[in-house]
Amino acid sequence: MEFLIATAIGAMTAAGIYLVLRARTFPVIIGLSLLTYATNLFLFATGRLAVNLPPVISGEAVAYTDPLPQALVLTAIVISFGMTAVIVVMALRAYFETGNDHVDLPGEASPEAREDDWKLLGRKQGDGPRQSVVEERA
Amino acid sequence: MNAWLVAPIAIPLVTLVLCMLWRRNPPLVAALSVLGAAALTVVGLALVGKVADGAILAGQMGGWQAPYGISLVIDRLAAAMVAITGVIGLATVVYGVSRPGDPAVGRDFHLFVQGLLTGVCGAFITGDVFNLYVWFEVLLIASFALMVLGGGARRLSGTVVYVFLNLLATLLFLLAAGLLYGATGTLNMAELAVHAAAGEVPAGGIVAVVLMLLAFSIKAALFPVFGWLPASYHVAWTPVSALFAGLLTKVGVYALIRIVTLVWPQAGLAHEVLLWVACFTMLVGVLGAAAQTEVRRILSFHIVSQVGYMVLGLALATPLALAGAVFYLIHHIVVKANLFFIGGLAARIAGSERLAAMGGLYAHAPWLAILFAIPALSLAGIPPLSGFWAKFVLVKASLDTGAWIAAAVALITGVFTLLSMSKIWNEAFLKAHPQGEGALRRATGSAPAYAAVAVLAAITVAIGLAAGPVMAYAVAAAAQLADPSAYAGAVFAAGGR
Repeated sequence: MEFLIATAIGAMTAAGIYLVLRARTFPVIIGLSLLTYATNLFLFATGRLAVNLPPVISGEAVAYTDPLPQALVLTAIVISFGMTAVIVVMALRAYFETGNDHVDLPGEASPEAREDDWKLLGRKQGDGPRQSVVEERA
Repeated sequence: MNAWLVAPIAIPLVTLVLCMLWRRNPPLVAALSVLGAAALTVVGLALVGKVADGAILAGQMGGWQAPYGISLVIDRLAAAMVAITGVIGLATVVYGVSRPGDPAVGRDFHLFVQGLLTGVCGAFITGDVFNLYVWFEVLLIASFALMVLGGGARRLSGTVVYVFLNLLATLLFLLAAGLLYGATGTLNMAELAVHAAAGEVPAGGIVAVVLMLLAFSIKAALFPVFGWLPASYHVAWTPVSALFAGLLTKVGVYALIRIVTLVWPQAGLAHEVLLWVACFTMLVGVLGAAAQTEVRRILSFHIVSQVGYMVLGLALATPLALAGAVFYLIHHIVVKANLFFIGGLAARIAGSERLAAMGGLYAHAPWLAILFAIPALSLAGIPPLSGFWAKFVLVKASLDTGAWIAAAVALITGVFTLLSMSKIWNEAFLKAHPQGEGALRRATGSAPAYAAVAVLAAITVAIGLAAGPVMAYAVAAAAQLADPSAYAGAVFAAGGR
């Protein structure tokens, strides 16, 4: 039993880390979900593994299992469910807006534009920089 | 149940619900939001007054005795953080009012800011590790929504990076919380402190705490896990990035301070590691800023370097150093948020955020220039502004404990900070605008934004001039942190109802 649980947690963590490192939104979301499952299972196991024992007080019970981790896992599952929904929407929207699914440093000015900036900074008054990369947001 | 204890969570939450109910009426939402933030500020200041004499407010949720119920605890540090959260929240929503254009964006903005404030206040006053995780998630989910506000390709892809890395950190924290429960059988911070004081934390518990510190380090953007911050903060709308710059990393720093002082009140190996982390954070942050050419990117790197100072205070672990860290926390939140606000106003007038495309602001908007100079000089640590006292105390504490390297790094970082600020000053304010005077716009409808910025600048000056009382409060807060038994005592003495 311990072996099974430990293997399950380990396998999910390994797969999760691999997928997160792919740095594409869809694999990263699946990877994060797998990591979440692994964490939840781990949380559940922190109350120690017990078979056929009730978590709540009853007359016939010979022993009890720890109820707290079960409550924690329930909370964590609900939160992670909501979070997954949010990141799926966000990743989809980012895909439609940017046309790619890279999880990467965003909209950086290209290296050439950065170099331009540095040259311009040395000048007092030039012919003005090229079209602003950073649109006015304020 | 003490009403004062739940007020910091309840006020933004109730404001959020009210804003939801009247969401079809944007001006009313804005008014409610400003009122709610003002109420939070007042309650925060009242809490500071209540705990100033050394009392620790504590209570159990749901009527269960500690360590079974979820404890809420307000000591001097937590009260100060709630008050400063109120101040920054108020400044943010007031700044947000001055947004011309889309009223729906403004309305959503107020909803999510209140949600964020709920999460931040909850994280500050909770006394339970798992509950801290829940508050982290609350503030995270609000911060995701805030960050994408307004949309756009650049903003969305920046948010994706921010979202994934923060979720990973939170997951790490959850894992650590599970490990902690498995090893020690408790998630209550007060009981954890009792175990630690008795030397009863098993090896698994220590591993859990170290994992937890790693997760908080990602949240606080410490070296070497700070990369997400400068990659994402500058993409958000100005008041949003100012709110994040002021509060979010500081929640991580607060959690670090809380856990480290509760588990290891005396200096040890962990403090040694933190000391090096702090030094590298200060240096790498400030050097990163030197390579940037956009206002908010420069400021983002400075957040990283400034967080290093606070962790330096925590790592030295002397009463004076801890007091320095607390003082730095208070000073930094105000100054950094203000600089982001001013950066936004400057971009609004100059039409760009790239230093190369800015200029002429000193001639065009002298008041903005003066308002920029105050927090900028304070950030660099020029007397008599607040940053000087914060840095002075930390350097003195380093020298007292013989941490020469840390003291040297802190001073060098200060010089580089001044360099960065003068770069912004020269390029954005002093030099002529590259497209001529005509390119500068009038910032119409910015009166509320100016008011928020001016009030924050006034607070910076006030903390600098009245450094005595503020420092006395910081010293008292540090004394409370150094003695976790009082914290534990207050929690266990608090009744079920």
